[in-house]
Amino acid sequence: MRIEDAEALRNLVQSRSGVVIDPAKTYLVETRLGPLARREGFPSHDELLAAMRAKRDDRLIWAVTEAMTSSETAFFRDRDTFDAIRQSILPKFAGRTTPVKIWSAACAGGQEPYSLAMMLDDEAARLDGAAVELFASDLSEACLEKARSGLYSQFEVQRGLPIRSLIRHFSKQGEMWRISAGLMAKVRWRRINLLADLAPLGRFDMIFCRYVVGSFDAATRRRVIGQLKALLTDDGYLVLGQDETAGEMEGLHPVGDYPGIYTRHAPQQGAAAA
Amino acid sequence: MKTCLVVDDSRVIRKVARRIIEDLGFEIAEAADGMEAMAWCRTAMPEAILLDWNMPVMDGLEFLKQLRAEPEGKTPVVIFCTVESEPARISEALDAGADEYIMKPFDGDIILSKFAISGLC
Repeated sequence: MRIEDAEALRNLVQSRSGVVIDPAKTYLVETRLGPLARREGFPSHDELLAAMRAKRDDRLIWAVTEAMTSSETAFFRDRDTFDAIRQSILPKFAGRTTPVKIWSAACAGGQEPYSLAMMLDDEAARLDGAAVELFASDLSEACLEKARSGLYSQFEVQRGLPIRSLIRHFSKQGEMWRISAGLMAKVRWRRINLLADLAPLGRFDMIFCRYVVGSFDAATRRRVIGQLKALLTDDGYLVLGQDETAGEMEGLHPVGDYPGIYTRHAPQQGAAAA
Repeated sequence: MKTCLVVDDSRVIRKVARRIIEDLGFEIAEAADGMEAMAWCRTAMPEAILLDWNMPVMDGLEFLKQLRAEPEGKTPVVIFCTVESEPARISEALDAGADEYIMKPFDGDIILSKFAISGLC
């Protein structure tokens, strides 16, 4: 791949999705775009990129952007984050009469919203009757399509998913596993680009946006986290990846010792001791 | 150092599993069937057991039932690792006392994930 082509591709992906591709990772282009090129009937990724530039075909441009930005994921990624939510955050919603709104803001293949749906089902007692509305979005139409199908390979259901959860919530279909219709019906899906104006989405009690902002440049990261913060209810939570920080953001405070979990209100310190 | 007993009649599978689990900080013992595995456990009970199902002499399910009836036999974390992938078979293994379950083929990520879920690492 020529250096100019690689640079043009990086610029395109960054302007469309905010994702910065490390120039040292140009080798990813071939593995990411190879399958797309084959699906679209091009001999290789070079011809695919040439056609994309020549035709300025928006569908093709998005397909390339999606292929370059999608990432692998697992069920219950960061198990201790889920433990923290289960033990410390869900009880705060117990008995609420208005629905608890949760948004999985970069849901990839659906593992995150389905993990949340499983957790909420398993922990229904902690919620004491509070209803939950679960929304999931991704930049990638292909990811959303996969997520909506609820179908996972044997490899995928063995990443992060305890075997008892597999038996309880999935059924086997040939070589694949399908999540239960009941859990699928709990999630509402939508394609959302986090670079767009998010204000019309309304407010959420919890927003999950994990392992996304880390790939943005600093200015984009600030803007996106700022938008997400504005969508949080007054006592809502923003959940980032464990190695991602909202540290530079005014008005977001880390929750306890849980890496990646933030809230708008500064937690009251020493209140119990007083 | 914690010990993991790898029970599988395939020498190749034992070797692959050994390499992965050693990297997780375990000392590895190997057995080729349930009978050999039981002899190991009676000598020194391991912290973890990676257990194939279909083996000659004594299969994995029979071994697990006998293990759980032994004194100290409830202490090891037992992770089945087998080509059996029917939900009814998986439930049978869990009912017999398995803690986790891996469907072959596996890779390093799957072993790591299942060991983490089981609190082994």
